Parts: sequence; C-alpha cells; structure tokens
Amino acid sequence: MAAFDEMNGIAGDTRDAYRRLKDWLDNAPPDLMSLRRSQAELFFRRIGITFAVYGDEQSTERLIPFDIIPRVLTKPEWTRLEEGLIQRVTALNAFLKDIYGPRECIRAGIIPADLVDNNPGFRPEMVGFRPPHDIYVQIAGIDIVRVDADTFYVLEDNARTPSGVSYMLENREVMMRLFPELFRDHRIAPVDNYPDRLLQTLRSVAPPHAMDEPTCVLLTPGQYNSAFYEHSFLADKLGIELVEGSDLFVDDEIVYMRTTEGPQRVDVIYRRIDDEYLDPLAFNPESVLGVAGLFSAYKAGNVTLANAVGTGVSDDKAVYSYMPEIIRFFTGQDAILKNVPTYRCREKDALAYVLDHLGELVVKEVNGSGGYGMLVGPHATSRQIDDFRKRLKHDPDGFIAQPTLALSTCPTFVASGVAPRHVDLRPFVLSGSDRVRIVPGGLTRVALKEGSLVVNSSQGGGTKDTWVLDA
Amino acid sequence: MLSRTADNLYWVARYVERAEFLARILDATARIATLPAAYGGQGSEWESALLTAGAADGFFRVYQDVNEKTVTDYLVFHPDNPSSIRNCLGIARNNARAVRTAVTGEMWETINSAWLELRKIEPASLGREELARFLDWVKNVSLTFDGSAYRTMLRNDAYWFTRLGACIERADNTARILDVKYHVLLPETEDVGGSLDYFQWATILRGVSALTSYHWVYRQSVKPWLVADLLILNRQMPRSLISSYETIVRFLDELGEAYGKVGQPHRIARNTLNALDTTVIEDVFQQGLHEFITDFIADNNKLGKAITDHYLT
Repeated sequence: MAAFDEMNGIAGDTRDAYRRLKDWLDNAPPDLMSLRRSQAELFFRRIGITFAVYGDEQSTERLIPFDIIPRVLTKPEWTRLEEGLIQRVTALNAFLKDIYGPRECIRAGIIPADLVDNNPGFRPEMVGFRPPHDIYVQIAGIDIVRVDADTFYVLEDNARTPSGVSYMLENREVMMRLFPELFRDHRIAPVDNYPDRLLQTLRSVAPPHAMDEPTCVLLTPGQYNSAFYEHSFLADKLGIELVEGSDLFVDDEIVYMRTTEGPQRVDVIYRRIDDEYLDPLAFNPESVLGVAGLFSAYKAGNVTLANAVGTGVSDDKAVYSYMPEIIRFFTGQDAILKNVPTYRCREKDALAYVLDHLGELVVKEVNGSGGYGMLVGPHATSRQIDDFRKRLKHDPDGFIAQPTLALSTCPTFVASGVAPRHVDLRPFVLSGSDRVRIVPGGLTRVALKEGSLVVNSSQGGGTKDTWVLDA
Repeated sequence: MLSRTADNLYWVARYVERAEFLARILDATARIATLPAAYGGQGSEWESALLTAGAADGFFRVYQDVNEKTVTDYLVFHPDNPSSIRNCLGIARNNARAVRTAVTGEMWETINSAWLELRKIEPASLGREELARFLDWVKNVSLTFDGSAYRTMLRNDAYWFTRLGACIERADNTARILDVKYHVLLPETEDVGGSLDYFQWATILRGVSALTSYHWVYRQSVKPWLVADLLILNRQMPRSLISSYETIVRFLDELGEAYGKVGQPHRIARNTLNALDTTVIEDVFQQGLHEFITDFIADNNKLGKAITDHYLT
C-alpha cells in the first residue's frame, strides 16, 4: 500500500506547499544538513529539553530526536482542520457536562450507559458538580493522521493532560535560528503566542470570586516526571509558579501555596498530574504527589482545575468510536473530522471479525496510551498475534481494533539521506469561558524507523516543526 | 516566591560554593604534600584535608589508608560521599533543574554544562596533572556560576537567597579551615616552629585564595595571628567571617524590607556581626581560637536553620 507523501503526493509530483522547500532541499549540500542537525541537537541539549523513558534506567534523560525537515500545511488545509477541531472539542465539553449532569445522551441511546459508568476514567465524585464556567477540557491535544490529499482522521483525543506543546514551540525556535532563509522565503504562521493564549484561557476559567486577578499555578509531579521539562518551560513562559503537591495546602477548603512571604491563595491550577494522584483524601490514598483536601476545595467552587477531574472518560478509546454520534447529538452537525473506522470488540460481530483479521488490523487497549499495549498486525510476529488473541478473548471490552492506515509520510533526514517517514499531527485546542483558541499547526511526530507507524517518543519517534503557510 | 524555590536556590549556591572550596583544599594540600618534611610536609596533610572537608567519618567507612589517591577519590568522585565535588555539582544541578525557571539561562547553562562535562570524566584516568586541571576547572565553574548570578539575576528575593546560601557556606568553609589548622596559628608556634610553619600558613591562605591578598593587606611576612586576623576580622577579605556576615546581614535586610517584616534570622545574623565587629584578634586568642571557631560554626548553623524555618519551608 503506497502511502500518501506530504511533499510528493501519490504520483510523485511536488505539491504546491512544498515547492520552495523542495528546491531548497535539492540544492542544499548534504554537509549543511548534517551540520544543521548537529547544531539543533546541541541547542536542545543545552537548553535541557529532555524526556524520561519509563523503564529505561540507564538514560533517565534523553533527547527527543528532532528532524530538521518541516511538515507543511496550506492555509485551506489548516482552516478545515481548525473548524473540525473546534467542533470536536466543543462536543467533548458538552458531552462531559452531560454525562456528569442530566445524561441526555445516554437516555437518547447515543452511547451505552455501562461504557460510561464502568469506564476507569469516569469519576462518580463529579456527578452533579459543575466546574466553573462548565468547561471540563481547557487543554486538548487531538491526534490527527492523514491518508490522502483530502482525508484527515482523528486517531485519538487527549483530554486529560496532553503533552508535547513545548516541542512545538522549541522546534520552531530552533528552526528559525538554523534556517532563517527558509523563513524569509515562506510566510509561516507564528506559534509563539501559544503561552499567551494558554494564560488567557486559564484566567478566563477562574472561579467567580477571582475573575479580576486570578492566581494561576502549574502543578507538576516533579522533576522525575517524563514531561517535567515541558512543565517548567510552560510555567516560565506563562509567568506562573511551577508548584509541586508539597508547595500547596488546603485550609478551610481554600487552596494556598507556601511562599517565602507566607501562604498565598491559589485560584486556577493547570495540573499535569493525573486524577488519581491529585488528592490522597479523595482518590489514591498512597499519592504523595497530590494535595490533601484539593478535591473538596474544588467541589466547593474555590479553585479551578484545568483540566477538570474525570475528563478521561471522554478520551477513552471505546468512547472514541462513538464520537461521530456524540458530535452530531451535541452540535447538530456532522463531524467535520472523521474518525478512523473502529471495531468495538465489546460487540460480538466486531470481535469475531477482529479475531479473524488480526494480521491486518491495529488492536489497541482501550485504556492504553503512549503506544504501549498495542498490536500492529502487519508488523507483528505470530507469537505476538497469538498473545493478543488470548487477551482479546479474555477481555473483549478492553480493546478496539482499526484497519492499518496508510499514514501519510513526510521527507525526513535519516542516516541514508532524505527518505519518507510516517507522521501524525497533534494540534492543541484551548477552551476558555470566552472562546476556543488554536495556534496554527501543532506538534508533528514522525516514526523514524523505516515503515514504522509508531510515532510515540517513548518508542523511537521524533518530532518536526509544523508550518501552516499563511498565503 | 515559593518556599521550595527559595530553598533550591539557596542550596544550589551552597553546593557550588562547597565544590569550589573542596577544589581549593585539594589543590593546596597537593602542594604542601609534595614538600620535604623539613619544609612543613608532615605526612598528615591528606588527613587534615579530610577533616577540613568534614568528611573523615565517611571516608573511613570506605578506605583504610589515608593517602593522596584515596582522599582525592573520596573528596572528588566517591558516590558514597554526599559532599564529593561530583555530588555537589550533581545536587546543585538537580536543584537548579527543579527550579529551572528561577535561575537565569546563563546560570543554568553553566551548571548543566558542568554536570554534562563531569559525567564524561573517569576518576581512574586522572593523573596528577589532569587532576590539577580538573580542580582548576571546578573553580572556574564556580566563578562562572557566581559571575552569571551577579550579572544576570534580577535583584529580588531570588538573588538574595542565592547570595545567602553562598555566604553561609563560605563562612562555614573558612571557619572549618581555621578549626582544623588552629594549632599552627597560635602565637606561641612562632617560637616552636619558626619559619618552618610558613608552608602551613601558606596552605591555609591558598585554601581561601588569600595568599596574595595577605601581602597586600599586611605588607609583611606571614605571621600566624595575622592569618587569623585576615580570615576572621578583615573586612577587605571577601572570605573572612566578618565579610561573609556583612553580606548576609545586608541581604537579610533587603528581604526584610521587601517582605515588610524581619524575624529570627535577622536577629541571629546581626548578633554575630556585632560580635565580630567589636572583637580584635587579641580577644580571640585570649578566649581561645579553637573555642571561638567552634562557637562560630554553631552560630552559623543556627542561622542556617533559622533561615530554613523562616523562609524555606
């Protein structure tokens, strides 16, 4: 199956968006490319962009590989994506408000009740509670893949604590330093206003008592978390305190941070800690990352959590398959961005089909993330397939399956020279009480291994700068 | 600012300062240890380096023999020594990383590059010459870090906590040298040891990079009581106890003014400074140099604890 190439399409004719870039690539001496790549690596190393890979003790700090050839989108392509993203995230927020409230979508038969109630991301504690301004997912990362010139699919919604936006920002910074001539020759929409937009969004969702001058903080699990660099980077760009659980305490349902001048009240928490670890009194009692009493302060309306507690129910892979219906129900429109056709293994017929076609499907754990617990049929050994067959039979509800997509490829600078590698795209969608904001582009992830479809950084994926051409 | 941030800044500065102090101690020790016995090389120099670094107990859990190789290894590289140069720089880097946004880019790059560089060095491969170069490099890291802080930080609480950490550590380091070497500074040793002790005194001065300064200040040959005077009571000497405390009081006052209140740390620091201010070196010897230094170290620790209680937790 020949994949659609972002630069050369199917037939090999250079697409308009890439014309200048291709000229430049054709004329750039190979030495220059290698030099720029090592300069980029040096830059990332020095500023300290690293990520940790769980289970890899030898190298707790590694650089995420950066590819110097950008991925380019035209303005019309982006405009359509943007409309689809706004629609989708609006529906996600409406869906969450509904399932923790009146549950009309369940009564209307849009989604089975057990899929919501038995979902590990569902938080019964949230039922009947309305977060400030009714917004649940302030920050979403929607993973998008492309299969041909006109077709984009949403692969996955990330509505809990999506990461990667720091790479979007730093990749652009590095590209502008290394290739000023490319930026002179293209009109590329800037992304560096993202932190400003994020701050606007966070301030807009403050509890009513603090709307004038809310104190926002970013709550991190700490420096051993794989995304710590991103947390500190964002806190710095936003000009807000980067706090750990031990920096906060709750007194009389009000959240304070410990400062050198004594306690200071906190109004909005951009938290990068999972629900389970937020508050040992409400959730996992073993958690040392969280803040005792935080959840009761939240329920008392004294602090905003971004994202809200319990959003995991909306980005789960089983619920994902119902998104087209969910979008239609809450927005009255057909989904602009399609879902990848999905077999719900909880349904008998689907399961039978999946078991018969394991060798050609991608099977995903409903609650897995980061590319773990996933079977890519065409690349799997027969042992892996047998193993998954057992797991599927044992727990069909725990899995979905999708056809292997011919993900688009993008030219990438690898050891053998410039070669096509599969890419995806994660735009970041910000929902405030006033409006939805999206910075043009997002994070392009690339599977650096030839033929590989797994773009996750924890599994050998890299990133690229993403350009949206303004003209 | 967050108490934890202030705490990290304070300790980044302390650990960088400590790493530099260890480097200077090792450098000065290596120098005197090569001298023939007649010139002051007594063979106990490496032990006294361990004592000065406050590392003797830990050392004997790992090694039996005290010699250049074992002491250097323990003070520079040994993973079991929490205050080895490698650990100091590693901890400083971790602290800086935890509050990455509170240090300036220049400070971060200094400490992060140092840490990356340090990871490449194989302890076993260091000969005497490489070691000397390495120790110079450590001093340079500290100088660059200090200079970066001085030249790039906003003059606000973040800066003041950094300086407080450096000065409290510095005062402690200077006092430790005096504590270990006090016996060669007592006035009567002039009769006993005569000029042979010159090299002992010079080692002390080198440990606080003050050998040249001594001559500029006193314009005479090295006298033990003047060495003590320089390190304890001389305001021109940046590592003297009194200089350290002038700086400490100044930055605590800045904090007090910015926050609109003062507390226990201010009282302790001011008392110590006042006491130093009204002391002349004869009093110190009268009271007993050793007792004086022991008291000072205790007071300095008390101040560190008060700062922690008042601001950093």
